[in-house]
Order: sequence, then structure tokens, then C-alpha cells
Amino acid sequence: MAVVQTRGLTKLFKKGDVGAVVQVDLESREGEFLVLLGPSGSGKTTLLRMIAGLEEPTSGEILIGGRVVNDLTPRERRIAMVFQSYALYPHLSVFGNITFPLKAQGMRKPDREKKAEWAAGLLGIGHLLARKPRELSGGERQRVALARAIVREPALFLLDEPLSNLDAKLRASARTELEQFQRRIGTTTIYVTHDQVEAMAMGDRIVVMNRGSVRQIGTPAEVYDDPADSFVATFLGSPPMNLIESGNVTVGFRPEHFLPAAEAREKGSAIPVRFHVTNVEYLGAERILYGEAQSGLFDGQNVISRIAAHGGAALEKGTVQEFAVAERDLKFFDRESGTRTARVGIG
Amino acid sequence: MSLGRQRWLGPAMFLPAVLYVVALVGVPFVLAFLYSVGDVKVGSVGYHFVGLANFKSVLQNPTFLRALRNSFVFTISSQILVLVGANILALALKSAFPGRRFVRFLILLPWVAPVSIGAIGWKWILDSLYSVINWVLIRAHLVNEFSPPMWLGEPALAMMSVILVHTWHMLPFATVIILAGWTAIPKDIPEAASVDGARFFRRLFQIELPMMLPIINVAVLFGVIFTFTDMTVVYILTRGGPYDTTQVLPSLAFFAGILGSDLAEGAAISLFLVPVLAIAAWLMLRTAHRAEVT
Repeated sequence: MAVVQTRGLTKLFKKGDVGAVVQVDLESREGEFLVLLGPSGSGKTTLLRMIAGLEEPTSGEILIGGRVVNDLTPRERRIAMVFQSYALYPHLSVFGNITFPLKAQGMRKPDREKKAEWAAGLLGIGHLLARKPRELSGGERQRVALARAIVREPALFLLDEPLSNLDAKLRASARTELEQFQRRIGTTTIYVTHDQVEAMAMGDRIVVMNRGSVRQIGTPAEVYDDPADSFVATFLGSPPMNLIESGNVTVGFRPEHFLPAAEAREKGSAIPVRFHVTNVEYLGAERILYGEAQSGLFDGQNVISRIAAHGGAALEKGTVQEFAVAERDLKFFDRESGTRTARVGIG
Repeated sequence: MSLGRQRWLGPAMFLPAVLYVVALVGVPFVLAFLYSVGDVKVGSVGYHFVGLANFKSVLQNPTFLRALRNSFVFTISSQILVLVGANILALALKSAFPGRRFVRFLILLPWVAPVSIGAIGWKWILDSLYSVINWVLIRAHLVNEFSPPMWLGEPALAMMSVILVHTWHMLPFATVIILAGWTAIPKDIPEAASVDGARFFRRLFQIELPMMLPIINVAVLFGVIFTFTDMTVVYILTRGGPYDTTQVLPSLAFFAGILGSDLAEGAAISLFLVPVLAIAAWLMLRTAHRAEVT
């Protein structure tokens, strides 16, 4: 098992560029499932590829197990990676794919067979060993890619959006499986995704990235409940956090905290808002209300509310409702930089 | 467009190709077959069926047997050289470096230049008196000034020269095909192989080359057909000499049938190309079909 660490890691693809990855410092914990989360172009995949040794850093250091690996080839880093496309070798059978890393290690044939059977058994693909990748379904390919990655028991596991090629239904079950699988083998894992649901569900900790730099590192609860800046606040959560500018701060509150006045007041003092509902999305278990604040502090601002579908008043489109948000659910961000600031009195 | 017009459009578009093939391939092929079992000479008027007499006489001719053997030596060795050379060149040209476009252009030149002009250039380079190669070798004191190698005058050297010049001519085409094959491999796959612990040669021989096999097959089969039927290089460099030691089937058929006026014999010789070409064509169609399926 090994811990990955990066120190001031930076990658510029072109000179004078803003940088795909800028001054990233992170440290994984032993056996941890660390998720790199960010929109496309945020540098998460580049960061992963630098750790894998497929991309050379412009500056900074990468350490695996306490040792600087900047000058080591991917082979010498003893890591395994699952690519977004799975990158299975199309001309080799599933067995050939799984044993390829062992062959590269120079392992003897009987040992290779034993290992391949172990890995295939672990992922439930023992019956597919003779097939070629093109004869497999998406889910089966993903398992083969995982089997190929674990077969030599790597020190570190890198996964680049491994679920994005699966259809929605399969993705949910594959996510659970992958998470349980990682717990069982206990290998330190770095997982890249742009899907916040995946990140929240699977990660021990989440590294939120934007434009090449790390905005926040924390457990799913920390990054959601206690976002470090307005980017993290809006990137996580669907629909995103309501952000309203007020003086030199930006005030934020989550749609699920913007409730009918009576409910909000149960949590203590609350700020009342007259809410003109302009659209209602009924999502089964819950409703998303879109509309405009018509009074007080938030007058004229677009706001979103997310409430349970059943119970409470009939919230029709076009009506004006008495809503409120509890003061303790408000977050404050600096208007210029977007970083979290201390609670200030408003209204 | 009405259905009736559509029905005729396909065949109409197809017809020129059919006419072309029938007139320039079909008719000569049938003629060659008829000539090979007759007694036709340039200028003769009658036609007498002589059965397999021409084939019998050809098979007893030591020059023919030599040419048959040479054709295989010429084709196989030049194709091996082309294959190895083209892979090395493609590998070098695959990665970006300053001036890559210019180098690619230079490498393509032997293919776009007419082969006859190229071969004439080589004839001078390999000339017995004015050879620039010998001039360099003599100045470097690597060979005896008074008996430099006769590149086109000694049987083994002449065969080697012919093979190398043909390889020079065929190399660019194969390089371009293989380069295309290489760029068709998704970048992820060699990267996955690197992460899986494969170094350069394992990646090359166990991942990249096997993935390119269908494309390499096409390059080789094209090369075999072009080489087996080609007589330009032999004709210009050596005229099949010295003493018919570099004669190949197409050049021998030309010398016997056209220059020697014995059309029947020339036809019989050239028909020996058919089985090899048929096999190559069959393999090519099979490869193409397979590439379609996967």
C-alpha cells in the first residue's frame, strides 16, 4: 500500500499558458478512495496522468510511498490504471488482456494462470476468459479492465471516469460494486470523475478542482455542507446553491433550505421571502420550484427551492408563496474572490 | 428521382469500370492464354493450336527456370526489406520533431518520381566507370582503385542492386500505409501497455504490430503484386544481365515475346505469373473482408 503525494505540481502544455494543472498539493491516505472532481477542462485527468507517469510535470514533485517518482517510467511506478475507454487490447482474449501485465513482469506461466483466475473470479468474469473484447458488453469490458488492473496487486489504483461509458442503469449498480470492490481489496485509489453523484457516493474524500487548481479537499459532507468557495458551492448539488449578491458579500443557500416559512422557522430565526413560483418540476419524490423573490433583501433575484413532493401546501405555478430560509443555513462568500467569509449580519 | 431511373443509374456508373477492365485486362488475358497454346509470332498470319508445346519448351529452358527463381528471390527479399524499413521509418516519423513535414515529403519522393527516371539515376550511381559509390569507396581506401566492385556486372552484386533499387522505390508507399495504420491505434492502448509495465519492444511486438497486422497485410500483398509483375528496374539497370542472372519473369516474357518476336513463348512465360497473383489477390480480398467485419 502506498500514499500518493504531490507538491506544487504544475503542468503547462504551452509556454505562457495558464496551465492545465497549477500548484497542486495533495496527499492521499492509506487505502483511501480519493475522488478528483471537476468540470471538463479542470485538469483532473491531466493530474491523474502525471501521477501515472504518462504526462511529464512542468514543475513540482510526485511522491509514491514517500519516494519521488518524477523520473520513473510508468512501469517503475507499479501502479495500475483503468482508462475511460478501458483500452483493452483488441487482438488479445480476455485471458491475454488480464495476464499481459504479469507477462511484462516476467512471471512464469503457471503463476500467471493462477493469478488471472483469481482476478477473474473476484470480478465474476471467469466464464469470459476465452472471448475477445469486441464480443463483450460495456459492463463486461469494464470488469476486464478492472481485472487487468488488480491482477498484479498494484500499490496504487488510478481510475479515469471508468463508469462514463456505461448506460445510466448499469452505472448505478457498477458504482456500488466498484466501491465495495475497492473496500475489499483496500488499495489506495484515485478516481477521476465529473459526476458529483459518483464523487459523493464513492469518495472517502473529494478533491474539487477548477481551472487546474484545487478548490477544496474534504469528505463529501464537508465539501457539500461547508464549501470553501462559491465555485464548490455551485458545482456540488443539483440544482445548485442559490447565490445572491448583497453588499460586498455573496449570500448562498441550498434549494433544500429554501422552504415554506413555517418549516424554515422550525430551525430558528429565518429570513422571510415572498416567492413568486414561475415553474414547477415534479420529480416524483420531490419538487423543484423555480421563481423570483419579491420582497426584502432578495427582491428581484431568481431563486430555486427543492421540497418534498407530498405534504405542505399546494404550490402551483404562478402563485406567490410565503417562503423563508433559516439564518444558520446561509453561507457567505467574498464577492470579489468567491472565498468563504465570516458570517455577517444582513437585512 | 424515380425508381426507374435509379435502377439504371447504378449499372450506368459501373459500366465504364467494367469496359476498362474487360478491354485492358480481360481481352489481353484471353489473348495471352490463346497465344500460349498456339504458334503466334510477331508478323505471322495463321494460328495453329500446338497444345502445351510452348510450356514444355519453356520449362526446359534454363533461363526460364533461373528467371522463375529470380522472381521469387526479387519479390521476397525486397518485400522483407520494405517491411522492416517501412516500419522503422513509420516509427521514426510517428512522433513529432522539427522538420517532420519536410522529412515526410523527402521520403515520399521515390514513390512520386517516375520509376524509370529514378532507375536511370541509379544506373549512373551504380555505373562501372562513373559510379559515385565507387568514387567514395576508392577515396576512403575501402576498395582497390583498379578493381572496384561492378555493381551491375557481377551476378550476385547485380541481383542485390536490383533488389535494393526496387526496395528504394517501394519503401515510401509501404511507409505511408503503415504510418496510417499506426495513427489509427487509439492513444490509450499503448499508454495502457506502458502502465501495465511493457517496455518499448514488448509494446511494439505484442501490442502495436499485432493491432496493425491487417494493414501490414494489405501493404505486403500490394507490394508482392507490384514487385512480382514489375520489370522496370531490371530492364533499365541490367536488361536481365549479366548472362540472364537478374532476369525475372516479366522481363523475360518481354524479351522473348516482344523483342524476340515469339509471342507464343512470351505468353507462356507470363502465364506463370497467374497462380502467384491469384493467390495474392485471394489473400487480399480475405484480409479486406476481415477488416470490414471487425
